[in-house]
Amino acid sequence: MSRTTRRSAAVLLTAGTAALVLAGCTSTAQPAAPSGGDAAAGGPITVNATDAACEISSAEAPAGNISFSIKNSGTKVTEFYLYGTGDRIMGEIENIGPGLSRNLIVEVPDGGAYTTACKPGMIGDGIRNAFTVTGTAARSVDTNARLAEATAGYKRYVGSQIEALVPKTQEFVDAVKAGKVEEAKALFPVSRTYWERIEPVAESFGDLDPKMDGREDDEREQGVGFTGFHRLEKDLWADGLQPDSAAVADQLMVDMKDLQTRVAPLEFTPVQLANGAKELLDEVATGKIEGEEDRYSHTDLWDFKGNLDGSQGAVAALRPVIDEKDPQLGPTLDQRFAAVDALLDEYREGDGYKSYLTLTEDDKKAMAAAVDALGEPISQVAGVVTS
Amino acid sequence: MASAGSGGGFSRRRLFGFAGAGVALAGAGAGIGYAAGAAGSDEPAHDGVVPFRGQHQAGIVTPAQDRMHFVALDLTTTDRAEVQRLFQKWTAAAERMTAGLETSENGAVGLNPLSPPADTGEALGLPAASLTLTLGLGASFFDKLGMAGKRPPALIDLPSFTGDRLDPNRSGGDLCIQACSDDPQVGVHAIRNLVRIGFGTTAVRWSQLGFGRTSSTSTAQATPRNLFGFKDGTNNLKAEEPQEIDQHVWVEAGDGPAWMTDGSYLVARRIRMHIETWDRTSLEEQEAIVGRTKREGNPLSGQKEFDLADLRAKGADGQPAIAMNAHIRLASSESLNGVKILRRGYNFVDGSDGNGHLDAGLFFVAFVRNPETQFVPMQRALAKKDKMMEYLEHNGSALFACPPGVGDGEYWAQSLFS
Repeated sequence: MSRTTRRSAAVLLTAGTAALVLAGCTSTAQPAAPSGGDAAAGGPITVNATDAACEISSAEAPAGNISFSIKNSGTKVTEFYLYGTGDRIMGEIENIGPGLSRNLIVEVPDGGAYTTACKPGMIGDGIRNAFTVTGTAARSVDTNARLAEATAGYKRYVGSQIEALVPKTQEFVDAVKAGKVEEAKALFPVSRTYWERIEPVAESFGDLDPKMDGREDDEREQGVGFTGFHRLEKDLWADGLQPDSAAVADQLMVDMKDLQTRVAPLEFTPVQLANGAKELLDEVATGKIEGEEDRYSHTDLWDFKGNLDGSQGAVAALRPVIDEKDPQLGPTLDQRFAAVDALLDEYREGDGYKSYLTLTEDDKKAMAAAVDALGEPISQVAGVVTS
Repeated sequence: MASAGSGGGFSRRRLFGFAGAGVALAGAGAGIGYAAGAAGSDEPAHDGVVPFRGQHQAGIVTPAQDRMHFVALDLTTTDRAEVQRLFQKWTAAAERMTAGLETSENGAVGLNPLSPPADTGEALGLPAASLTLTLGLGASFFDKLGMAGKRPPALIDLPSFTGDRLDPNRSGGDLCIQACSDDPQVGVHAIRNLVRIGFGTTAVRWSQLGFGRTSSTSTAQATPRNLFGFKDGTNNLKAEEPQEIDQHVWVEAGDGPAWMTDGSYLVARRIRMHIETWDRTSLEEQEAIVGRTKREGNPLSGQKEFDLADLRAKGADGQPAIAMNAHIRLASSESLNGVKILRRGYNFVDGSDGNGHLDAGLFFVAFVRNPETQFVPMQRALAKKDKMMEYLEHNGSALFACPPGVGDGEYWAQSLFS
């Protein structure tokens, strides 16, 4: 009796999946690009992203290459993520404008519980749904292979951030040049979110970073001016646009494209990932907690969130190795990341964050304690993955 | 010559034998420090190790060391098991550090070079320096962990005293650790590492450095001077008076919850001294305010420092020799129905205040068996009447319950959790 039931349920499930996928296919105006399509899955899983929902045509797929076709039917720019344990980013696609469709192929070798998320407005944890991957794709699973997967995964992450950072910076630069102060002010923290997520990578180019992210009081060579994000921030919030603001904006864009070119061939080591995660937390602990970074716009909490995302992205890429070496560390990191996120969420306002000026001393102290609590286990990651 | 030689041989052998016994007594944890002492010729075998374990916590009747680093922490969790785990980790690290060792074996430089060192390293090569680490629990500790039933009734909320200017950022705390040592770096190292181990479970609320003890807690110690320039704590309880210590310092069975038996209560007060105005006060006035002379420290009714103060003695002018509002009169057990406290405070100078004045004073620490019947009446009397209050400002305050000592195989405050 029970055996029969189980068998019929399995059959039903298979049929159901096929039907859904089929329905997804027919309803998609543009079929997914054939290149990455996974034949075993029977075509891409469609995702209909609106401002309030993230409708996904199937909550399940077999291990291997899983294809998603994401359509943004909402009014806000959105992102789509597939997360593993500890919000390890298995695959993501950024900056999908309203009305646009994008394809994403994610390599998921292990079966298990995953999570999909659409992020209308590109902020917060997004609209999440459980996603199950069945079976296991063939591959070697020794530590070296896992580390290689981790670094490759992080490289994809950095690439996707740059891909969004460049056009967002362009929008910001265009607004500055057009003298649209309010629009530029709104775009400033958005473009910086992507920058902050990959800050250790961006900073690794010692000639670009001072030009793009320098502060007014940094020491400079004679004849070298104060340029970059923070110079434009000062113009927009404090001084008003200056005769050379447009030139500064143009230079920022030139430097950004230069950065993109230089980041593309970069390969990362596991230790760089781990140290990058730590450095991002250090950025928060020394810059954002003090409100030092965005001293004119006070949009520090956006940068804070960017650093936190980036740190989590790097740690998450290493997660399978961490879990293999120290089973306690991953859950601790999950819990501490969640605690910082929960604190930050208290300051959400619309698609962004409140001004840093609204934080009380007690608020800052609570933030500092949560960041310290996270910083200690993060500092252990490099040692754990190399042990 | 020959006899001197044989005598030297005898004494060296005896020294070696003594050191050997020391190793055995101190246990494996202290072995390295002792062995190194024994190997050196003229170095004392005892390198200032105060036993961490015992019936009572160290750092209370331990002869007051020269330096202090005190930290008050808040819990960032409400999970009792997490706090227990932290206390276990703290105990292991604290026991090692009080023996002059790193927080964990090879912690400073001997582990994975790609990991941050487990021990921060600034005490490498330094002796134990009589380091003691003393744990205290504040009233809010019990509330946060849902253990209100275990809060000792004696762990009261201190009343506000006349003239209090308490800064919440220098007051209270869910728990505290007092580090005392003869080397400031050893104490700072201990607090820094314990704070680090606590991240995620505790966060620093406030901390205070003290650079010179203001009390002697042993008859073997000379009475030190506070920043007013006066000997302070002449009449303090001394370790050599065990009956007095039992009566006034240690919590006895039946005093409160059983888990606190053999513990004590720690009162901390950050007392800013208005140094500059004090320094403009005549010697006669200063001595009248204190009730003692400045050089010898004798009560104004007597000749020598340890002469008992005669509160009824009259001066040549017929007025009380020790003024009615003098500090030692108001603080005396005679005026307070026999109340005594064990003082263990430190001088502090935290730089200057931005107005060109030293931010300096006394970090008052006292251990008592019952704060409500000992500290409160004393402070109430001083706050209301002490002429010295014109030169003082109490800007920090906290009260902690210090659990009993850590027995073999136990961890800090284990009696509370069992």
